[in-house]
Formats: sequence, structure tokens, C-alpha cells
Amino acid sequence: MDTIIDRGAPKARNFEPYASNGGSIVAISGKDFAIVASDTRLSEGYMIYTRKQSKLFQLSDKSVLGCTGCWCDTLSLTNIIQSQLKSYLYDHNTIMQPNSIAQLLSTLLYSRRFFPYYVYNVLAGLDSNGEGCLYSYDPVGHCEKVNYTAGGSSGVLMQPFLDSWLGNRTAENPVTEEEALSLVKDAFTAAGERDIYTGDEVVYNIIKKDGIKTGVVQLRKD
Amino acid sequence: MAMLSLCGLSDDTLFKSKCEVEENEAFETFQSDNTVNQMNLYSLPGNPVENMRMITARDTMGRPIELNFHHGTTTLGFLYQGGIVLAVDSRATGGQYIGSQCMKKIVEINDFMLGTLAGGAADCVYWDRVLSKQCRLHELRNKERISVTAASKIMSNMIYYYKGYGLSIGMMLAGYDKNGPSLFYIDNDGSRTPGKVFSVGSGSIYAFGVLDSGYKWDLTDEEAQKLGQRAIFHATHRDAYSGGIVRVYHITKDGWKHIKNEDCDEIYDRVKNEAK
Repeated sequence: MDTIIDRGAPKARNFEPYASNGGSIVAISGKDFAIVASDTRLSEGYMIYTRKQSKLFQLSDKSVLGCTGCWCDTLSLTNIIQSQLKSYLYDHNTIMQPNSIAQLLSTLLYSRRFFPYYVYNVLAGLDSNGEGCLYSYDPVGHCEKVNYTAGGSSGVLMQPFLDSWLGNRTAENPVTEEEALSLVKDAFTAAGERDIYTGDEVVYNIIKKDGIKTGVVQLRKD
Repeated sequence: MAMLSLCGLSDDTLFKSKCEVEENEAFETFQSDNTVNQMNLYSLPGNPVENMRMITARDTMGRPIELNFHHGTTTLGFLYQGGIVLAVDSRATGGQYIGSQCMKKIVEINDFMLGTLAGGAADCVYWDRVLSKQCRLHELRNKERISVTAASKIMSNMIYYYKGYGLSIGMMLAGYDKNGPSLFYIDNDGSRTPGKVFSVGSGSIYAFGVLDSGYKWDLTDEEAQKLGQRAIFHATHRDAYSGGIVRVYHITKDGWKHIKNEDCDEIYDRVKNEAK
């Protein structure tokens, strides 16, 4: 009996763990608020999977995380953060402050230095003094505290826009909540016109000391 | 349970089902990620560099994955009669994109020691943080501040553990300890060299040009700080991956001191109008 099975010539098997699911995040922090917004389009290649997927994750009553990039990595990462936050809460009987969450996120991202999470993160929150704070990340966990940021597929389109409006603000001339919100809306409408991966809707969260306010703005659906 | 501990027995060994023990072990493994032990980084089997190349080659739609890590860039440090001067730029680039113009490339490890970072931003910041922890632990265990020599050895040993994994680190460690001022260069190949004049990063060739032409042991403090700033400024002028603001730090026997931050654009205007 012939036991040797002919499987043909050796074939290369590709391991392609990442998908690029698009989406953008804009966030602006102010004196007593932080606003973070994402579009709700989830796509891959030329296919739009859904028009109603927010990319914002509320981590506590004072912090919201925005993630874009590979959606499966986003889900996995946010799950791990949520469980770490829970165990911190049970260990210390306090909710983790945004600055600590920022460091935790950086460490968690770096734990996968050799098989990175393909996720661009923006963490917005209110610090212990009630001031808005914002942290932006690269995929392996380099964290930077900023006043405003844009990330994701339209990051390169929206960041210069924000730079031109917010680049040289001083302490005497801080950005107001209304102004920040209208900048966010403008940034997304502009990006929706030029980026195929950004569109449908914008969800925004405004974090203030009396709670998180959520809103939706419509974008192009094509 | 009290009896168990009195006999010196672990309570895992008795009275527990195998399933329970396994569950415990699984939980322990889950817990011991790098938030518990910083050296514990997840990696795929095989060659890490080759793996990284393979997994980022294409996404599920066949397009290349752009994992644009932030990279940092021109840093310098030199030893002279008045201590050590460190100067750095502040640009972080992800590919061609300027990710940040105000990155902090000097890390304050303790009041007497500073580290500069060039290469992968996340790599440098992460391992500098681990080093800070180790230095603090040394201080608590031995009731004296760690020497720069020892600190640099800890750092280079940690990095050497991950040699060939694709880390990108070029750092200078500078500080003042019981042996006086010292300056070390450490990189991801595992090299660790003491020296007087170093410059690291893509703009280092330009910085060295200015630095070597103006450097001598007998510089005054002001001359030294100016020289450091000028060398970084000229590097930012010629190197596209460097820019932003120039930060200057000075280390003496009283610890480190932040001298100034100045925007490259402002230095340019000043230098242009200076008498030739």
C-alpha cells in the first residue's frame, strides 16, 4: 500500500493577522472639559461593514478611550484594559485616574512590542484637578500628553487643520467647549469629503465633571 | 489552614483538586504580564524581526500594514570641566509624518541622573521607566544612590536580553555620583561605552561637526550650554528628522538643572541676525 500522499510542491503559508478597518478620532482638551469624537464607519478595503460602530470606549465616569486601526485588536485591547481597571477597582476601592490609565495603556501596548496591537489610541479624560487631559499613542505605546490630536485614517488630514486653529493658543485664550465641538464637526465633515474610510456619523463624548455628554452629527453616507 | 502553614506545607498541594490547581496556575500566568514583571514581553515563536516583517507585510486585503512607530532623533552630551551638558531636539516622526514637535527626549531618572533617547520612542521610554524603577530599588536596598556605571550596566543588560528582537535604542546616560560626573552611551546592540563627547541619532553627524569644532575641556558653563544648543540647532537645520525645540540640561555635583527650551525657528532668526 502506498502510504506517501502527494501534496504537490511546498507552498508558502502567509500569516496575515492584521486588518485595516479605517475610522478616525479627533480629541480636544480644555480647561474644564475634554471632547473626544470618532466616526462610525467600519470598513475593510472597498467594503463598508457597518455605518453605526462607535469607536469610543468609556473606561470610567472621567475617561474615554478612542481606538482606530484593526478592529479585532481594538476589541481585544479594550477588553484587557476594562478587566485591568476592574481589578484595580477591587484592589484599591478607587476608580483609576486618567493619568494612571494613560500609563497602564502604554505598558499594555508595549507588552506586545514584538506582535503589536495595530491600534491608534487617544485617551481623553478629566484629571484630579478637574482639568481636561488628553494622551495620544503610537501602536507600541509611546504616550504623549497633548492639548488636541487627530488620529486614524484621516489623522493626517485633520491634524494640520487643528494645528492651524489651536496651535498657538495661550492660557489667556483657552479653547471653549462650543468652539472645540464646532472644530471637531468641521474636521470630520472635511475628512468625510476626502477619505473613503471616514464618514456616516460622528459620535462625540464631552467629558465634564458632572458627567459625559454624548451626541451624534451626520456625515456623508456615500 | 493554620496547621498547614505551621507544617510548612503549601496549601496548593493538599485538599485541592487538580482542576483547581490548574485554574490557579492559569490565573497566575494571566496575571504575570508586563504590568507585573516588565521584562515579560509577549513574542511569537521564531525570529522576531522576521515575524514583524511578515505580519506587517500585508493586511487581509493585501495592502501593507503601516505600523508607524514614533522615532526620535538628534541628541548630544559632553563632559567638560563644569560637569555635563545634554542637549536634544524634540521631533518625533512616524515614517514621513511628524507625530510630535514637543517630545521630551530627556528622561529624568533621578535628581542626579538623566537619560537621553534616540531611536524608537516607545522602546526608549519604556526601558527608561524600567531603569528608573531599578535605580530607585537600588537606592532603597543599599541606602545610597546608584552610580551611573551601575545604572548603565543594568540598562545594557536589559537591552541585551532582547538583542536581535528589533528594539531600536540609542541612549546616553549621564549623571553625577560618588565618582564624579560620567557619561555613557548604550545602544540596542548591547554596546555600552563611557566617553566624553557623544551624539546619537540621524542628525548626529551634523551635531558632531559643530560640537567637535567648538569643544574643549576648559569651556565655561555658558559656552558649553551655548555650544550644545548650537550643535543641535545646526543638526535640526540639515536633518529632516530633527526639529521642534532645543532642550538643554546641565548636570553638576548638585544634580541636574534644566537650562532652557528654545524653538528652532527662534534660534534661526537669532543666529541669522548675529554679527558674523
